[in-house]
Amino acid sequence: MTRQQILDLYFLDARHKLIEIAAFLDRAERAAGKDDFRLKAFRAALGKLSGRQKEKARRILLTFSDPTTKPVAKAESKGAVGAWSGGQ
Amino acid sequence: MKYIEPHAHMVSRVTDDYERMAMAGCEAVCEPAFWAGFDRSSAAGFYDYFCQLTEHEPKRAARFGLKHFCWLCINPKEAEEVKLAAEIIALIPRFLDRSNVLGIGEIGLNKNSRNELKVLEMHVDLAARYNQLILVHTPHLEDKLKGTRLILDVLKADKRIRPERVIIDHVEEHTVGLVLDTGCWAGMTLYPETKCSPARAIDILETYGRERIWLNSACDWGVSDPLAVPKTAVEMKKRGHHAAAIDKVIYQNPKRFLAQCLKFKVG
Repeated sequence: MTRQQILDLYFLDARHKLIEIAAFLDRAERAAGKDDFRLKAFRAALGKLSGRQKEKARRILLTFSDPTTKPVAKAESKGAVGAWSGGQ
Repeated sequence: MKYIEPHAHMVSRVTDDYERMAMAGCEAVCEPAFWAGFDRSSAAGFYDYFCQLTEHEPKRAARFGLKHFCWLCINPKEAEEVKLAAEIIALIPRFLDRSNVLGIGEIGLNKNSRNELKVLEMHVDLAARYNQLILVHTPHLEDKLKGTRLILDVLKADKRIRPERVIIDHVEEHTVGLVLDTGCWAGMTLYPETKCSPARAIDILETYGRERIWLNSACDWGVSDPLAVPKTAVEMKKRGHHAAAIDKVIYQNPKRFLAQCLKFKVG
């Protein structure tokens, strides 16, 4: 597909999602409290969106990922939260 | 349009979903053993579950002309208790000859713990001893990259395992290349909130090609869509993919992998 065709197919959807992200940040920043590790990772990921570097989706996924290589001693929970806590 | 749903947890779905899948062109549904949403307390609970997967669920699917196949294991979410896992793994061989059992799955890791790794190695050994296909679950979200690497290390370390007989599921942009480079197959799961959207799955197909890769809904008791595969096929059509290319991804590829088990027959 041409870039024009991609834009015709996905621009409105992407615009909608971008505004949702902006509104999420506004909402979080209006609320009392501090950023936790998730919001810090989120802000770091947002930084990967600007510029012309390729593989933005892959690089954002890496930002949220546990970079360590050794198994943990025990599974303390079953779920994942979406961002690596840095071993906290 | 005909398709194969290679990963769906139908015990969690209503009968209407079978009808909707059949109407959408599904010919066969394959059900890996899964976590029930709570931990089962005994091996007997798994015995009953394996009976459900091999006796009851195929009958439910057959009412709508669908073939039902399954995979057996203890899911990584319940793999922290190694002694219980060993008891359950010891049950599996008595089910392997059943007509709809394709192999061992979905094994893998959840939180990347030492015990999960031990249980993964036990499953891989079982698959090797009984010459079974393997379906692997990779962890969620922040745990996926590390878990995928650990899983690939386990598979590579067991020289009896042939990568072309292993599918590594739930790949995303940061893991698909790692998986395909090993010679294993890769599965992309289409979820509304996590894993891949249809658009991203098609991006991955356009980037990495259509060899050794399939699409699945992995529909279960959570937020998921049993029609995610045919919906993605429609999205592929909108993106200009030809009918033969769509057929390869949603029908021919899963058929090619699964037919390595001689019990798998469709069409």
